[in-house]
Amino acid sequence: MQINSTGEVLTVYLKGEIDHHLARGMREEIDKAIDYYMPSLLILDFGEISFMDSSGIGLVMGRYKNLKKNGAKLSLVNLNENIYKIMKLAGIERLAEIEKGA
Amino acid sequence: METNKFTLKIPSRSCNESFARVTVAAFATGLDPTLEEISDIKTSVSEAVTNCSVHAYPNSIGVIYISCEILKDNVLKIKVRDKGCGIADIEQARQPLFTTGGEERAGLGFAVMESMMDSVSVRSKMGKGTTVTMKKKINRKDDAR
Repeated sequence: MQINSTGEVLTVYLKGEIDHHLARGMREEIDKAIDYYMPSLLILDFGEISFMDSSGIGLVMGRYKNLKKNGAKLSLVNLNENIYKIMKLAGIERLAEIEKGA
Repeated sequence: METNKFTLKIPSRSCNESFARVTVAAFATGLDPTLEEISDIKTSVSEAVTNCSVHAYPNSIGVIYISCEILKDNVLKIKVRDKGCGIADIEQARQPLFTTGGEERAGLGFAVMESMMDSVSVRSKMGKGTTVTMKKKINRKDDAR
């Protein structure tokens, strides 16, 4: 996972697979970065995610709640068809801006 | 006609979620599925197996039994069974957003399975365990052309 901060905007480049087993480590790392950088916008980049189940929804919802405490926004980018399908099913577009991949 | 099938018995460690879905997906490739179908199968298996490790055996490691069979007309049947605590109210458990799994669980496991498979049935007995049976018809890539 790569993290890039430009003051207001924190971008997290997720990598690999998101399931219940792997989500825990990602969650901790993202939350640590949120606490440290206090961004006004968090961008989660799914470009390097090869698999995701509903644990990914939990991951996004949890970070949304975390950001909301400071009035920060969340954006999801580079979602492939399958990830997009799962996000839509959960109605995540009501919580975050979603941008599909190319 | 002889049908193809396999069974798999794994401990409910969360690291086995990946092994389970990849194994079922590999078995399904015999049906010549599309990439989207493979992804739907992997996701659904991941949901069912995660339910076992999170809910069926919350404080211990139990056994998860996965069996797959190819039925006629290119239908893949996947059964995920545990001998865990059982589900008190199946209707409620299947409701989207219902979860007993805490903050980080979305409560969408069954909703995801239902949206990706043709049918999902759940049988459960308190203290005995739960069986989730999913079916999906695979449209052969070649036939689509």
